[in-house]
Amino acid sequence: MKRENRTLRVKLLIAACVMFGFGFALIPFYKTICEVAGLNNLLRADKGVSNSQIDTSRMVMVQFDANTRNLAWRFKPLQASVNVHPGQMVRVDYEVENTLDRAVTGQAIPSYTPMVAERHVQKLECFCFRQQTFAAHEKRVMPVVFTVDSDLPTEVPVFTLSYTFFEVAGTQK
Amino acid sequence: MSAVTPDAVHGHDHGHDGHDHDHHMPTGWRRWMTATNHKDIGTLYLFFSFIMFLTGGVLALTIRAELFQPGLQIVRPEFFNQLTTMHGLIMVFGAIMPAFVGFANWMIPLMIGAPDMAFARMNNWSFWLLPPAALLLVSSFFVPGGASAAGWTLYAPLSLQMGMGMDMTIFAVHIMGASSIMGAINIVVTILNMRAPGMTLMKMPMFAWTWLITAYLLIAVMPVLAGAVTMLLTDRHFGTSFFNAAGGGDPVLYQHVFWFFGHPEVYIMILPAFGIVSQIVPAFARKPLFGYASMVYATASIAILSFVVWAHHMFTTGMPAVTQIAFMYMTMLIAVPTGVKVFNWIATMWRGSMTFETPMLFAVGFIFVFTMGGFTGLMLAIAPADIQYQDTYFVVAHFHYVLVAGSLFALFAGTYYWIPKWTGHMYDEKLGKRHFWLSMISFNVTFFPMHFLGLAGMPRRIPDYNPFFTDFNQLATVGAFGFGLSQVFFFYIVLKCIKGGPKAADKPWDGAEGLEWTVPSPAPFHTFEVPPVFEAPAGHGH
Amino acid sequence: MKKTVVRTASLIGVVLAMAPAFALDGQYNFQHPVTHLAEDIFGLHMLMFWICVVIFVAVFGVMFYSVFAHRKSKGAVAATFHESTTVEILWTIVPVVILLGMAWPATKTVLAMKDTSNPEITIKATGYQWKWGYDYMQGEGQGISFLSTLSTPRAQIDQGEWKGDNYLLEVDNEVVVPIGKKVRVLLTAQDVIHAWWVPAFGVKQDAIPGFIRDVWFKAEKEGVFRGNCAELCGKDHGFMPIVVRVVSQQAYTEWVAAKAAPPAAASAPATTDKAAPSAASEPKPAAASAS
Ligand code: HEM
Ligand SMILES: [Cu+2]
Ligand SMILES: [Cu+2]
Repeated sequence: MKRENRTLRVKLLIAACVMFGFGFALIPFYKTICEVAGLNNLLRADKGVSNSQIDTSRMVMVQFDANTRNLAWRFKPLQASVNVHPGQMVRVDYEVENTLDRAVTGQAIPSYTPMVAERHVQKLECFCFRQQTFAAHEKRVMPVVFTVDSDLPTEVPVFTLSYTFFEVAGTQK
Repeated sequence: MSAVTPDAVHGHDHGHDGHDHDHHMPTGWRRWMTATNHKDIGTLYLFFSFIMFLTGGVLALTIRAELFQPGLQIVRPEFFNQLTTMHGLIMVFGAIMPAFVGFANWMIPLMIGAPDMAFARMNNWSFWLLPPAALLLVSSFFVPGGASAAGWTLYAPLSLQMGMGMDMTIFAVHIMGASSIMGAINIVVTILNMRAPGMTLMKMPMFAWTWLITAYLLIAVMPVLAGAVTMLLTDRHFGTSFFNAAGGGDPVLYQHVFWFFGHPEVYIMILPAFGIVSQIVPAFARKPLFGYASMVYATASIAILSFVVWAHHMFTTGMPAVTQIAFMYMTMLIAVPTGVKVFNWIATMWRGSMTFETPMLFAVGFIFVFTMGGFTGLMLAIAPADIQYQDTYFVVAHFHYVLVAGSLFALFAGTYYWIPKWTGHMYDEKLGKRHFWLSMISFNVTFFPMHFLGLAGMPRRIPDYNPFFTDFNQLATVGAFGFGLSQVFFFYIVLKCIKGGPKAADKPWDGAEGLEWTVPSPAPFHTFEVPPVFEAPAGHGH
Repeated sequence: MKKTVVRTASLIGVVLAMAPAFALDGQYNFQHPVTHLAEDIFGLHMLMFWICVVIFVAVFGVMFYSVFAHRKSKGAVAATFHESTTVEILWTIVPVVILLGMAWPATKTVLAMKDTSNPEITIKATGYQWKWGYDYMQGEGQGISFLSTLSTPRAQIDQGEWKGDNYLLEVDNEVVVPIGKKVRVLLTAQDVIHAWWVPAFGVKQDAIPGFIRDVWFKAEKEGVFRGNCAELCGKDHGFMPIVVRVVSQQAYTEWVAAKAAPPAAASAPATTDKAAPSAASEPKPAAASAS
């Protein structure tokens, strides 16, 4: 009986250690899953223009929006919207200014509405692909280069591309 | 309940067929701490849930008192939000769910002819996890920052802003989840393995069926809830960003995970109630349950459908049209099996020979008012309309019709139905009837006007409102205090019945069927140590 | 037993007496719709309501008939039937058909609500703890931006002072839009989830931090329309109303002109704006204080 208890205790201890370790094993595991499934790839450049045919038969209006979260930056698109043909390559500029007396690192997160638009925009270049560090009071103009797929549903003649700049951990609570 | 004393029943002629206790049964508090007997544990669950019910009720009455008139009188807005949050959590996890587990513990072994639950020690553990969890919840009011105030749904990112009260809530939810999972496993194993010979699944009492299905739901979704709150915890303290857009997360993800648990959860709270009502209606109509097989299939399809409707709680988050339409259709579909159940109950009553003792009053009351909640549920299923109802008092009215008039009334019905078996005494019928009418009327006075408030535009979870809404709010507050007092009255009736009263026959209801009525009243400490012979009552199986 | 019958009957009486009131406007029902979408939604709501009433009366008519007629005290003898495949199939199929009837108009309305294409004016609403920020992003008025905060005096809330008709539903800066123009509202939030709700427009949409969502409305009537934040967002969730003033095209043009001019020269027809920042499309007066 005593012996049985002891082996059980050892087994349970091993199980507990394995479970604890499994928690850490999950990190590479989820990373791989995300890569394979193409999840959380907001921050990477898209593969490129799959269909370079420009569809001159229709126009899509893309509106631009900019937000900051708990971050004293001035952040705005230099144009409110553009009208483009699907397939056409577009460049828009955003102006960002750090109003603080210290250097700050921020990360922009894109969001689309209506949501379907997300799957039909190919971003070739974007300040959102990496963290951006701004010196005190630095001001910069940063581009976004993208195309709208020609398979964007025709029910979506207008969509909004919105960015939100967050401060990267550290100074923030 | 206390009438069942261990010494009285631990006679000499009992065999020692594998019971995990010896002849020196502990007495006093030790008996309850170390309880492994399903009846003792059932009693513990029932008392615990009633205490939590009163606690949650006090919070609710404070809310109603504040809402008696416009302006802030009694509490500050931040405390008001703590009250609504804790009221919801305590009622759901502390009152309704444990009460049904209490019924399962007491009645399932008796109904299927088993000597006890399958895992008697785990049963003890799953009960005794609850008081610490409740203590964590209640004491979180007294820590700096107060209790969590993000609503019982604990939506991120609001829940990420809370103080340590939130961490206590998360811990409490973990503990209660573990308790529920253990309870559920116990019930599944008991039902599947310990039925009396001859009792095939399709001859089982409906209460056992609904609990079997509920137990599977619990096992499936409690881990999901645990996952959701664990992600909250790591977002709060360990630098992850599951629900934080800044780190690539998404606050709406929390809502998906929560409601993937949350919608099955509402069925966890109603399916056992369906089971209780399905036992009581045939007993007092003196006629077998109509459509036994379709009852089983309806329960199962409700359970399955409940996994694919969760986003109907999220129509205003702005999902694509196709998603919205798909979830709308699935939600509407749930009304079909729910309707089948209601029709079956009414067909059971039809051309019966009915009497209306308190259990039957509550059962018929249940059918009547629960169905009204079903109707508002159907209205809420219509996505465009839901977008207007969502987060208003209309939703508050809906879920109180299904939870109070549904789950709670069924619990009352079940208590009056089985209390003669528990205590060996009959409750006071006159007082029982009075309790029913007081509850029924004050319930409707409280919650019916809330439909109007919601439609006219009063949001939920607000401590103050435009004077336009005053009349109905005052009515609701008056009704709520009436309802609260009626439940104190219920407690008195139960205590009176435990203390004494006319001796109950083994089968006090002439129309009742089932093995639980073949044992003496009060049920002795050990029952069915030798499996009984089961003969299917008319109408069960073929 | 007799007493029970009387009491049951009077209860049903009370409930039925309340039912017609349910269909009235005002205190009992939705606010008067001022957009076509809100009208559609109201229609759906009433359709559902009446279907439910009919089923209710039918089902509980049967039940209460049985409750009164099939009593032991009346000498009723219990029948023994306990199933009927025909009936059971029937009461599964019939509800499905009724549901299909409801699903059709509901689907059409969902699709209409989601059609945010071709807006004439685009306004961004940002939820803050606990106020709303508005930026006119496109169309007439582009560049206007302001914050909108509860204007009910604290004394009315805390000290029981007399409360006006618009208690908790009034703000310092109202959103102004022209009548008959399709307005697309983009929503986002600064801190936690809020929801932008104007009942008369049939519009309610969560504002989610870090993400953008949209809704639209086209008001057919001039007037002031009021709503609340409809997602619990913390302490002052009940104190961040939404007020939209629908004005004629001409009045709107004047309002835009007044907004564009320096604040001192403002002669706004509809509202005043103390907080108008520069014409930059990104006003962040509140960002610092909310952090
Ligand atoms: C005919 C069956 C039912 C349908 C179609 C239905 C539908 C819905 C819908 C669409 C909502 C979301 C409302 C909103 O927030 O806008 C809702 C909320 C709710 N329902 Fe039901 N429901 C049904 C039955 C039940 C039952 C049986 C229960 C519990 C016993 C229940 C409990 C709840 C609760 C607690 C909420 C509110 C959750 C919250 O926001 O805190 N419902 N129901
Ligand atoms: Cu649900
Ligand atoms: Cu809010």
